[in-house]
Amino acid sequence: MPSQYPLLLLQVTEHVWESVGLWLAGLRIRLCGPYFCRFLVHRTIMNLQIVKNLSSYSRSLGSTTKARRTPGWRLLILASGLLLAAPVQAIDYVRLPGGSFNSVVPPDGKAAPSRVAPFEMRVEPVTNAEFLAFVKTHPDWQRDRVASVFSDQRYLTQWAGPEELGPAALPQQPVTRVSWFAAQAYCESEHARLPSWYEWEYAAASDATRKDARQDHAWRERTLEWFGRPSSRPLPEVGGDANVYRVRDLNDLVWEWVDDFNALLVGADSRDQDGANKLQFCGAGAIAMQQKENYATLMRVAMLSALKASDTTNNMGFRCARSD
Amino acid sequence: MKRLACCLTLLLMISGHVLAADAVPGDSIYNLKLDLTTQAGKVEPLASRRGHPQLVTMFYTSCTMVCPMIIDTLKQTYKAIDEPGRDKLDILAVSFDPARDDVAALDKYASKRHLDPSYWTLARTNLADVRSFAAILGLQFQKRPDGDFNHSSELLLIDADGRIVTRTKVIGKLDPEFVAAANKLLAGS
Repeated sequence: MPSQYPLLLLQVTEHVWESVGLWLAGLRIRLCGPYFCRFLVHRTIMNLQIVKNLSSYSRSLGSTTKARRTPGWRLLILASGLLLAAPVQAIDYVRLPGGSFNSVVPPDGKAAPSRVAPFEMRVEPVTNAEFLAFVKTHPDWQRDRVASVFSDQRYLTQWAGPEELGPAALPQQPVTRVSWFAAQAYCESEHARLPSWYEWEYAAASDATRKDARQDHAWRERTLEWFGRPSSRPLPEVGGDANVYRVRDLNDLVWEWVDDFNALLVGADSRDQDGANKLQFCGAGAIAMQQKENYATLMRVAMLSALKASDTTNNMGFRCARSD
Repeated sequence: MKRLACCLTLLLMISGHVLAADAVPGDSIYNLKLDLTTQAGKVEPLASRRGHPQLVTMFYTSCTMVCPMIIDTLKQTYKAIDEPGRDKLDILAVSFDPARDDVAALDKYASKRHLDPSYWTLARTNLADVRSFAAILGLQFQKRPDGDFNHSSELLLIDADGRIVTRTKVIGKLDPEFVAAANKLLAGS
């Protein structure tokens, strides 16, 4: 049975690899500085989920081919040893070229294009499993310990406990009910930051084949459909269709925090921007929203501009970005 | 041995008490870890301002529209607050524009506007921390392509532990309710 060979090979060499993996992991920890170690440990915890999936996959393979079952924990040790020993792989970020871009909120309030410098963006929003790993290594961000100035009362209340997801929060669902401060702290732990609004909007303007699909009626319909999804229904898992840059889940999974959410000065009524708001907002006043037909994107701007940095909502998650 | 245990317990109790008194309350802006550089070039953690109630705002020196009025309103408000309570009060104005507002620019502005350094601090911080500081105060700002800023103009009253007591959007004239809140806070502290 040729299909069994890879599994058998894995079993034969398991002990060898286990010891090699562990030895290399130990060496790594001895050699690396404390900061880098924290990063490694953080990576390992994040990878445990993948490893778990791998071992259960291998077990199911084992049972169908009647081969001897590989104990899950052994595979776990083996794989985490290998993960530590192998060159540290970055969490999946992709590079976006940037360029000139017509935002729904032009920088001059009229029609000037915004300039987006090349940057890297996380392929998927941060998941419950990833955020759980983060709060385990950064206990100040656990829901029973977080300073109230950084997060409201609803912070992570969908989880079973401060360090436990439970049935209402699946590992691969995007994490929600996180404040801007918490999102920012998480991204720092990935040596990243939150994307700016223009970066987010630029990435989200694309579809599977076009960098800017916003003129397409079908694209607009699809992004609008998301608003029609009942919020009582559980959130889907991350990993939707990739856009032209390979980024996923931008328009159809959750609301997402951006770094400069508090730059979106949308007045209660932006028609009066030259009048009543002049004193409240120094400068040219509240920004004007353009491209009224791009309703879904404007809704996101309105949502972000209405939030305080400590607010959390049922469907507000985030992803991270890095300057190129 | 018993005496040693007794001493240790006592020591623990004392240090525990001191620690509890030192812990920044959860709703304090002093939970935010950032450094400010003042108009005198001094670098100090934001949390080092703890202990004095503050009037806090954000501005930038090259602003020609509302910002001069923000500073005027702060002066006016300070004057309207009852003595001797206001002697405990400090004023902090942090720049939205770290690129242009270096120490020299802040110092020049402080002299030009006759801001008494015994209770006025004009400060700058790095760009990422400007965003966080504005976020924790609930202020909005956006840099425009011409280098100017759109920003919300508000004055905040912060108690000695860093809690936001009240805020006002009234700029260009005195807000009597804001002054009353400051008097009440200073009388109680």
